[in-house]
Amino acid sequence: MKVLVAVKRVIDYNVKARVKSDQTGVDLANVKMAMNPFCEIAVEEAVRLKEKGAADEIVVVSIGPKAAQEQIRTALALGADRGLHIETEVELESLAVAKLLAKVVAAEQPGLVLLGKQAIDTDNNQTGQMLAALTDLPQGTFASVVNVEDGKLAVTREIDGGLQTLSLTLPAIVTTDLRLNEPRYASLPNIMKAKRKPLDSKTPADYDVDTAPRLKVLKVESPAVRKAGVIVASVDELVEKLKNEAKVI
Amino acid sequence: MSILVIAEHDNATLKAATLNTVAAAQAIGGDIDLLVAGANCAAAAEQAAKVSGVTRVLVADNAAYAHQLAENLALLVTELGSGYSHILAPSTTNGKNVLPRVAAKLDVAQISDIISVESADTFKRPIYAGNAIATVQSSDAIKVITVRTTGFDPVTEEGSATIEALASVHDAGTSAFVKEELAVSDRPELTAAKVIISGGRGMGNGDNFALLEKVADKLGAAVGASRAAVDAGFVPNDMQVGQTGKIVAPDLYIAVGISGAIQHLAGMKDSKFIVAINKDEEAPIFQVADYGLVADLFDAVPELESKI
Repeated sequence: MKVLVAVKRVIDYNVKARVKSDQTGVDLANVKMAMNPFCEIAVEEAVRLKEKGAADEIVVVSIGPKAAQEQIRTALALGADRGLHIETEVELESLAVAKLLAKVVAAEQPGLVLLGKQAIDTDNNQTGQMLAALTDLPQGTFASVVNVEDGKLAVTREIDGGLQTLSLTLPAIVTTDLRLNEPRYASLPNIMKAKRKPLDSKTPADYDVDTAPRLKVLKVESPAVRKAGVIVASVDELVEKLKNEAKVI
Repeated sequence: MSILVIAEHDNATLKAATLNTVAAAQAIGGDIDLLVAGANCAAAAEQAAKVSGVTRVLVADNAAYAHQLAENLALLVTELGSGYSHILAPSTTNGKNVLPRVAAKLDVAQISDIISVESADTFKRPIYAGNAIATVQSSDAIKVITVRTTGFDPVTEEGSATIEALASVHDAGTSAFVKEELAVSDRPELTAAKVIISGGRGMGNGDNFALLEKVADKLGAAVGASRAAVDAGFVPNDMQVGQTGKIVAPDLYIAVGISGAIQHLAGMKDSKFIVAINKDEEAPIFQVADYGLVADLFDAVPELESKI
């Protein structure tokens, strides 16, 4: 089975995003960038499926600026076999990304597509579900366990009340949640080896899909800042303030 | 304008998130229809008919919708949706699962997690874990939107909508429900609780959460956790508060042994009052807390319990 993994280059999760003073967006100049954490989990899961013998080839795709090749190389160092970069300096909306990925799915015919459940920059949580819609494939979102059994996919999902397990026909689209696995680090020899793995480069124009934006960002502003309050000296003082000042207990 | 709201329910009861979502629909303005898709969901539909501001409750009662499988439900909502100017669902795991599938089928963008309605086509939503708020305007004919429930006060349940049964059944046949393991608790749900007490890595292990439960029982509170506590296996995932867990805004949020990572703050910083109990006075949680107590939680929490 071939596994396709989609990854996104985003702000490093340890960096606090700062809004530009002209309110046009978030300042990403000279900010550390990295693979979206949920995408790392998707890559790790693909590698584990290959190690278990459930997958035989891992193709990693990223849609983004030239520098997104770094994230593809990272995925190759972690165990993906080949990469596909769809280069665009324009930030595409989830629907456009899903349309491009649907074309990649049509060309590659994977048995399973793994994506992160959301990117930590736009926090949209859309692309996997949209890809599933456009390809008419079943979806297992927010996955915490994935097993290939008897030609079907058993997916345990993290839902509001607990856990839900579904059985999906293959091919299927899976989006990863935090508890699916703990991603490994790439070893130095594997990082060196990854440099020689094939990486194909395309542009959105090669796929003949409508990637025009549907949404216009009018403004990006900082959220209202919470004032730090007071440090109380004792539990007694805390209880007194909660009762008489805040009046919440 | 006409708005379709996807109801959050478990066939037996309507979930509170529906009320906040209808409030968002009212802020947009127009006729509001509420879709209850499930199996043996008459009780939820009856309750839906009482939601204030709703004109019609559309009921799709069929085994195909029993567990709200995205493949089947998205086909139904797509079929209905072309007649509406807006389609809304709460930002619950159900809403997040189904609605992007609907948007793609309708070839429109989705606007996720709105916290305010500026006009019928313009909305505010948090990005970058809530470190920025974007104002976005949609040019699509149908606006598909998930609603962050903490952004909208719930509507009341004093309405009297008509109930209409839908005959159409969609079964994609590609997904099947196997099982569910749901947490059973007498305490309020995290997203509906007025008071929440949450534990982090500082709790040390899952057993120590009993300390928080005792306080919770006295205050009628829900018990939450940080990602660190969930990842460490102390407590199950449904307790996680944060950027990718549950977003909460209770009257009182008590953070115990939680350092206050950006991702956790994203899930609780809209709480009315925040209390932080942590032995590390440098912990970032103190920067958002109204009341901070620098103390060992294993002393402070039992003392708190005894004094409230």
